[in-house]
Amino acid sequence: MSLQFEKPIDDLEDKIVDMRKYAEEQGMDLYEEIGLLEKRLKRLKKESFENLTRWQRVHVARAAGRPTGLDYIDKIFTNFNELHGDRALGEDPALISGIAEFNDQSVMVLAQQKGRDTKENIHRNFGMMHPSGYRKAIRMFALADKFKLPVITLVDTIGAYPGIAAEERGQALVIAESIQRMSELTVPAITVVIGEGGSGGALAIAVANKVLILENSIYSVISPESCAAILWRDAAEAEKAAEALKLTAKDLLELDIVDRIIEEPLGGAHKDPQAAIDSVAKAIKEELIELNKLDQAELLQQRYERFRKLGKFQEMA
Amino acid sequence: MALDRWFRRKKPNRKDDDKSPSGLWIKCDSCENQVYRKDIIANLHLCPDCNHHYRMPVDDRMEMLIDEDSFEQWSGTIGPVDPLGFVDLKTYPERIKAAQDSHKYPDAILTGAGLLDNQRVAIAIMDFSFNGGSMGSVVGEEIARAAERAAEEERAFITVAASGGARMQEGALSLMQMAKTTMSLAALASKRLPFISILTDPTSGGTTASFATLGDIIVAEPKALIAFAGPRVIEQTIKQELPEGFQRSEFLLNNGMLDDVINRKELKQKISKYINLLLANRTTIKVKHVPAI
Ligand SMILES: [Zn+2]
Repeated sequence: MSLQFEKPIDDLEDKIVDMRKYAEEQGMDLYEEIGLLEKRLKRLKKESFENLTRWQRVHVARAAGRPTGLDYIDKIFTNFNELHGDRALGEDPALISGIAEFNDQSVMVLAQQKGRDTKENIHRNFGMMHPSGYRKAIRMFALADKFKLPVITLVDTIGAYPGIAAEERGQALVIAESIQRMSELTVPAITVVIGEGGSGGALAIAVANKVLILENSIYSVISPESCAAILWRDAAEAEKAAEALKLTAKDLLELDIVDRIIEEPLGGAHKDPQAAIDSVAKAIKEELIELNKLDQAELLQQRYERFRKLGKFQEMA
Repeated sequence: MALDRWFRRKKPNRKDDDKSPSGLWIKCDSCENQVYRKDIIANLHLCPDCNHHYRMPVDDRMEMLIDEDSFEQWSGTIGPVDPLGFVDLKTYPERIKAAQDSHKYPDAILTGAGLLDNQRVAIAIMDFSFNGGSMGSVVGEEIARAAERAAEEERAFITVAASGGARMQEGALSLMQMAKTTMSLAALASKRLPFISILTDPTSGGTTASFATLGDIIVAEPKALIAFAGPRVIEQTIKQELPEGFQRSEFLLNNGMLDDVINRKELKQKISKYINLLLANRTTIKVKHVPAI
């Protein structure tokens, strides 16, 4: 399924495929014509992606076929061993965690996982974590600290699950504890927002030394839909809310909320998952090499200062 | 008590009996008795008939908890800006101005130092009546500054939460205040200074999911709404009505999320005891350096 604004791009892509097929069948040389169309396609992609509205970017961030946590884990890390459960309440499939190798180093990986189809989506609760998921994260932070494993988290959630059982089991408390535990890590921590960074449910695993974001990912205090429902009293105004919230990678870099934007392949990560995954791997590697140079105290200090300075206000007369 | 109640019934208890200007008498949200508004205010904003806890203005809260003439205000030197140029049905500057015009302080927070039963404390009180007590850059910064300064001055730290959560109009900057306030507590912990969090009606969202639920001791006033996701959000998600008492203080206590639920009238005394007991051995026990992790 393609996004609405992608229709002209998809049409043109189809046309090129058809022309190639026709040329082959007829034994005709349409090299030049096809070349022209391809140039036009590239330009069209570039133009439409440069000018995406924030709301369109929300759709790209959520697009079917956009690489998910598991796709990154499979391709970036070697020798990945999933570790399950919070040892108290249960196992939350919306968060995948485990130990692996990366760049000749053992690391701890945590990834929020949306489903790649309906069945997996239901299993993964659409990437919305329960308290058991955050408890699992806290356990993994402790394990990483103990064995000095750098922590890499991949964020992709619309938010923490809002439900009765989640409230009964202290959803707010475990998110707070996860934020706190991650902030205390004495190892390098890197977060990549690979899709949606939805509110406190995302921040709980994003208190990193370096927070990176893919070009078409979003990171927000509230989903545009919920924001619209509250401030516009109409969830259908989500497009306006998305504009107002300034939730794109570019917006967030300007506000120092993210440290680096990872470029996506032309047309978005869902058009070329491997290229997106390679870019993410390269970025993590570069950041980790730098962070490995810091000692424990420096890591704590850098992380503290990074978040301590965030916020905009004025001195009162 | 029975006699007390009998006298109270002499007050008009139906609307058509009430010949006084509107607002002098109010129908209690809980017992539905007609109550003289001034009686509620004079009674720590509690219904004199049923002890229903009404929301309390920040200055009254401070006066209730801090010893007379000992309060030194810290907050108020910074005010909100409009970092995103946020416009919904109104502009953010309009909302801020309206709130500031009807309030004494520039944002939804009052912090400062003082004595609580002669014990040195710092306190941060959120103001729900100011933009829903939402936590934006100013609220986050004031709380972080207060926690850091409390640690520096060796004071116990007390927060009184009353907040709808992160302030949407400052976008992800508000979200970051959750991390900032949480991290500011580390200095208190490393000095073994108590952090007591008091949750009042209502506390939800980003405030509940950050500093407010990280107290060494967490208490709430009776029947306060305390939630991560508000009841309306959950009802929309599960498409059914929520059980009576869901997300109220007593519900959290039963689920093991609170240390205690405490009546407002006993709150100061309780907090005083906590601080006293927690700090009693602090100087006498030789604490070996125990690494945090
Ligand atoms: Zn009453």
